[in-house]
Amino acid sequence: MTDQTQKDVLLELKDYSITFKTPDGDVKAVSNMNLTVRRGERIAIVGESGSGKSQTFLGIMGLLAKNGQTSGQALLEGRDVLALKPRELDKVRGKDMAMVFQDPMTALNPSLKISRQLTEQLEIHRGFTAKAASIEALDMLKRVGIPDPTRRFNLYPHELSGGMRQRIVIAMALLTKPKLLIADEPTTALDVTIQAQILDLFNDLTAEMNTALLMITHDLGVVAGLADRVAVMYAGNIVEEAPVDELFEKPAHPYTAALHAAIPRPDQDVDDLVVIPGRPPNLQHLPKGCNFSPRCPKVQDDCIDRPPQLETLAPQHCAACFHPFPRREELLTHA
Amino acid sequence: MLDQNTPGQTLLKVENLTTQFEIEAKSFFRKPTMLTAVNDVSFELKEGRTLGIVGESGCGKSTLGRSILQLIRAQKGRVVWQGKNLLDLTPEQIRLARRDMQIIFQDPIASLDPRMTVGDIIAEPLTVFEPKLSRAQRLERVQEIMAAVGLVPEMINRYPHEFSGGQAQRIGIARAVITRPKLIVCDEPVSALDVSIQGQVITLLRKLRKEFGLTLIFISHDLSVVRLISDDVLVLYLGRIVEAGDCATVFSAPAHPYTQALFSAAPIPDPKLARQRSRIRLQGDPPSPMNPPPGCPFQPRCWKSTDICRTQMPPTELVRQGQSAACYHMDRPPEA
Repeated sequence: MTDQTQKDVLLELKDYSITFKTPDGDVKAVSNMNLTVRRGERIAIVGESGSGKSQTFLGIMGLLAKNGQTSGQALLEGRDVLALKPRELDKVRGKDMAMVFQDPMTALNPSLKISRQLTEQLEIHRGFTAKAASIEALDMLKRVGIPDPTRRFNLYPHELSGGMRQRIVIAMALLTKPKLLIADEPTTALDVTIQAQILDLFNDLTAEMNTALLMITHDLGVVAGLADRVAVMYAGNIVEEAPVDELFEKPAHPYTAALHAAIPRPDQDVDDLVVIPGRPPNLQHLPKGCNFSPRCPKVQDDCIDRPPQLETLAPQHCAACFHPFPRREELLTHA
Repeated sequence: MLDQNTPGQTLLKVENLTTQFEIEAKSFFRKPTMLTAVNDVSFELKEGRTLGIVGESGCGKSTLGRSILQLIRAQKGRVVWQGKNLLDLTPEQIRLARRDMQIIFQDPIASLDPRMTVGDIIAEPLTVFEPKLSRAQRLERVQEIMAAVGLVPEMINRYPHEFSGGQAQRIGIARAVITRPKLIVCDEPVSALDVSIQGQVITLLRKLRKEFGLTLIFISHDLSVVRLISDDVLVLYLGRIVEAGDCATVFSAPAHPYTQALFSAAPIPDPKLARQRSRIRLQGDPPSPMNPPPGCPFQPRCWKSTDICRTQMPPTELVRQGQSAACYHMDRPPEA
């Protein structure tokens, strides 16, 4: 890597794992993950429930449940955020990296006016006076497309619609001009037409502010319109990572291919919906070999024997599979 | 409303159905306000067809489904089922009619009694509607239906919490089909499930529809899922049908601006297409059904609205064979 590209790197996960201690033994929710996020880049993390996609980034933000433990490194501009003391982390969190959650109602404090929720962090992180903070916050409300912002500034969260609340949460996250914005299923609780508005907003604002965006989602359709690069997670591992066009055109991992083929399309008649048999494995009883092997149409002896490692197949494209599985037609015959 | 030329027997006919809820008055002296959740809805459903009902949250799609099954009583209109208006029936008559009309709910786990075993849950409709069956006969029917929905027989004595969402939904489906109903209302049956599981459940519903000759009402906010399973589709907005017709026609040439916006907002899992296509960017949120706008319900967000839209509700008109819409400025086919 040259110096220039090294400078470009914003976040680097190295051998990053999350383990939860439970009465039934340890559960590894994320195992040995490596990921590089460059400045201004938009990366989507795709996976089904239980794939570890949310935990990964809760861990980076220091928001894991008490029985959760991280290992490895998460370097934000070269500094390991996992090693920070709580006080130090407070200075980074909300300032250099911010998070937008799925449910905008629970992300907002119901007993505080919108104005206070927005100005608080400006005063804390950027040392604004109350007056300057109000002006800045109002300006951000306009940028996230809140109609009649002056009036809404003095309302409580319950007085706003779901789409409006999510705009407030996004405004809140972007106020401190973070370098990294983590959005965890930010549109899942919203209606389609509102979802489209919010995705546009992410698109415009992150480009404008050169904020790197990590979009965590289960919806490949959302990913297609927004991300530059996609990482697919399955049972705590990244199984494939590629630029968005390549991932959709030439998925290498059978799971990615099947996931793509399993989505019904709004714009096409699909007669043969590919069905992935079975369900994701229990993290406490992972198979010995590849985690996807019990559901994989292309499974062979070596898949059951040992887990495949991520290997580079093309520039920027890697997958963890012994038998990359490329074509939809081939899938259909197995379904 | 829907194409009356489709061959087959009419199973269900809904006429001018209106369901209202009373919202508690703010003071003792004020009249309670009425919220109209379903507003003047009419359609006809032929036997063996699947009708998709699409709309965003609060559009009244679930209320419509429940009003048809009389789980919520409508204020006005008729629901004609096998020659009888369900709104005129006594509670006991409705209870008996439900043998032929079942429902599948969105949250698969919450819709199952946690203290009953899977076998008892699936057998319950039988104990209600076919009490004369012997224990052995009932068991046989339960096992038969479990096999049909893809549950292994060993699961019969387990409890709902031991199941994943997808399996729990199979239990809900088994319970719904065991009395061999004619109509099943599926209320967002796959929205709580992961993509890979969602495909399994839809495939199962398609299979059962064929095997049991079911007629389905499939309520969903997800256009892609509706397209996958439905023959006909209704688009609801603020309790009203804004567009209706057979799926192929409506999906290929939506006439109402709201339908067009809804389609263009649906994410397409193809990055190149997603970048290329021009999206209709709707402004604002859907209006509150407590305080509906005058005229067309969609006019405050519509880019085509004119003065007439703000004063008068547009009538429902035929767009082309198999498609109707309620809009003064709808896209009509070019004159032949």
